[in-house]
Amino acid sequence: MLLLGGGVALALLWAPEDADQGISQRIFYIHVPVALTAYACFGWGAWKALRHLWTRGERYDLESYTAIHMGTIFGLLTLVTGSIWAKISWGVWWSWGERQLVLFLILFLFYSAYFMLRFSVDAGPARANLSAVYALFGVVLIPVSFLAIRLAENFIHPVVFTREGPQMAGSMFATFLVCLAGTLALAGALYSNELTGKRLDERLLELRELLA
Amino acid sequence: MSAGEKYLAAAYAVVLGAVLAYVAIIALKLARMERELDELAQLARGRRPAGG
Repeated sequence: MLLLGGGVALALLWAPEDADQGISQRIFYIHVPVALTAYACFGWGAWKALRHLWTRGERYDLESYTAIHMGTIFGLLTLVTGSIWAKISWGVWWSWGERQLVLFLILFLFYSAYFMLRFSVDAGPARANLSAVYALFGVVLIPVSFLAIRLAENFIHPVVFTREGPQMAGSMFATFLVCLAGTLALAGALYSNELTGKRLDERLLELRELLA
Repeated sequence: MSAGEKYLAAAYAVVLGAVLAYVAIIALKLARMERELDELAQLARGRRPAGG
């Protein structure tokens, strides 16, 4: 929280104002780190799903589920902050012509459906295996979503990171890195808390069944 | 406050609000677990054999 708080303070008070977009560009420091964190959570969830399928370890199923849970929260925040930024910059809340936005929405909806699938099957190895396979399919959408903007011919979504490096001032990039580190640390802390909570829930249920 | 500033504040407030909501949910969950643990402890104490 300290790292993220510091990042937000840098973004709002220290980073220089963008010459083109003005004050609205400062949304970049929260929107992009949140989006990258969502990708990281989905990727982590897929990695844990792969470990589950590989080893059949029960703990990996819960870890994959928790990571996807976190990714969905950060995905929703990406859509909301992006929508606010779009409203200031483009004058609309959403643009269906933007592949990057639509692909991110598809990714978000895909992982939202993960929960419907997971809770439509009784707990057990079948649910864990189905969830793991689904989580692995979703991860394919991450590079597609990430690269969509670079593949698009006509776009209005800004491209900041190119092959030549970040297209921004050093102070802006430093602020972005602090915000990214803060967001990733926050996601890590929330993931750890959520996982501990879910494990405790399972043990409580086990204890209740033993005492019943 | 300009329109841009309002939207900027809204974007940061959404993220902060989500974090606070999440912390509140975790606090509620912890309180529920504590209650459940108390119930189970009581249940276990009730089952302890007399004199044990």
